[in-house]
Amino acid sequence: MIELNDVGYSYGGDALLTDVSLNLSPGSFHFLTGPSGAGKTTLLKLCYLELQATRGEVVAFGRPARQLSRDGVARMRRRVGIVHQDCRFLDHLPLVENVALPLSVSGQPDHADSTEMRELLAWVGLKHRATALPPELSGGERQRAALARALIMSPDVILADEPTGNLDWEMSLRLLTLLVELNRMGKAVLIATHDLALIRQAKTQLAARVLRIRDRTLQVAGAEL
Amino acid sequence: MRPLRAFISFLVGDPRADRVVPPSGVAAHLTTFAAAAMAFLAVFALALSLSAGRLAERWSSALAQSSTVRISAPDDQRAAQTQAVLDILAETPGVESARALSDAEQRALLAPWFGADLPVETLPIPQLIEVVETQAGYDAEGLRLRLRAEAPGAILDDHTRWRRPLVRAADRLRSLGWTSILLITLTTGAMITLAANAALAANAQVIAVLRLVGARDTYIARAFVRRFTLRSLTGAAIGTALGMLAVWALPSAETASSFLTGLGFSGASWLLPLTIPPLAAIVAFWATRAASFRALKEVR
Ligand SMILES: Nc1ncnc2c1ncn2[C@@H]1O[C@H](COP(=O)(O)OP(=O)(O)O)[C@@H](O)[C@H]1O
Ligand SMILES: [Mg+2]
Repeated sequence: MIELNDVGYSYGGDALLTDVSLNLSPGSFHFLTGPSGAGKTTLLKLCYLELQATRGEVVAFGRPARQLSRDGVARMRRRVGIVHQDCRFLDHLPLVENVALPLSVSGQPDHADSTEMRELLAWVGLKHRATALPPELSGGERQRAALARALIMSPDVILADEPTGNLDWEMSLRLLTLLVELNRMGKAVLIATHDLALIRQAKTQLAARVLRIRDRTLQVAGAEL
Repeated sequence: MRPLRAFISFLVGDPRADRVVPPSGVAAHLTTFAAAAMAFLAVFALALSLSAGRLAERWSSALAQSSTVRISAPDDQRAAQTQAVLDILAETPGVESARALSDAEQRALLAPWFGADLPVETLPIPQLIEVVETQAGYDAEGLRLRLRAEAPGAILDDHTRWRRPLVRAADRLRSLGWTSILLITLTTGAMITLAANAALAANAQVIAVLRLVGARDTYIARAFVRRFTLRSLTGAAIGTALGMLAVWALPSAETASSFLTGLGFSGASWLLPLTIPPLAAIVAFWATRAASFRALKEVR
């Protein structure tokens, strides 16, 4: 559904990524690892089209990214659930409205009060925080809220940037279980993470591909995990 | 019709969409205030233009009327001098027509003062010649010199001619008024652009989040555009109302000709300032819309 073909990227100076090829097909589950500063976040941004590849081609849902209009990019993002590394929210709106934001901006503003929404909030353990403003939330709560927001549109692709960075192990496992479930429903999942324990845990549940950024390109990490 | 449809579709639509942009206290009040101040000024500029226009019209129609030549001469020379003056006037450039008033007309002119049965013939009353000018007018000094040479008893009385520069001034004042209105419009546009740019910059993070969750540009722009359009409309309505009130409350003397007391609206022209608030809204709409789409280009 999202395809990177020989993609290269540079922020202006030397290339940060070269010859990256990746296919997030329906039902695929990828982990993306690599040292801090390797370019994991950058790679995810290339996937959700916040950045444009300086080389190669990104294809989103069959359309080359370069050919997408700005509205095309917006429509594409409605099919992609993004958990941003620093969980950006609208700080003046209560959590429940932030979680419902993807619905609001796509013209379905009446879902903030639905049972699905309450179930989702309950599932990420934020039911009692529904009316809190984002600045009042802890790091872990923010991360869970970001996850809920990414899932509210039941997207075809889920891109998560260090989603467990602020979560305790129990919460991390719940998150993993949910993503595995969604993956079994045919959604493509890509998780950038440092959390090797999480990766090991995932491998007991499904056949996840573990990729690593090394020497500016993407390698399959295998045996050592 | 396309711009109109864009205008309407921007203003209606989901009002809850506005909530995605945080309310921005001081900047909001400043926009309203600026729109109000500009509308207030626009009311005065409009009043100035309209009054100057009326004045110029009145004065120039007074000009188009006549000046007079008065001939006071001994009885035996009177007819000759009158004829001489008429001959001179006939060949003076800038004189459209000249005509000696009959005794009956002169009597009618004097009647208000001396009664209707004044024996004009027996009184040493000067003969009057009515001179109608062309648009361009004649050279008064030249004419005076010729009259003095050929009809010593003739005096050119061009009492209305002193108004000619005033008419020019009133015309100039009218175009200054319209220029002011144009400048006020442009300034309003510039101020709203600045305010919108500030709001957009302050909300860069909000815009980034909205794009991230799949908001289209029009959705984001609408939140800003509607806000600034409504603020400008409100501000301009207040400013216009106050301006009209102030113009209405100007002390009005007789309609005579004093410029200052003539400043204001009359009759149907009271409706004209009502166009100021919608105009302000339209200016705000396009200024904010342009600023929004410019700012959105920075975010993918
Ligand atoms: N906007 C940017 N402009 C310039 N350099 C950037 C920008 N964002 C990230 N970088 C650099 O690119 C490299 C990779 O960053 P990032 O993709 O965030 O790595 P990771 O997520 O793997 O830690 C880092 O060296 C970072 O400093
Ligand atoms: Mg990162």
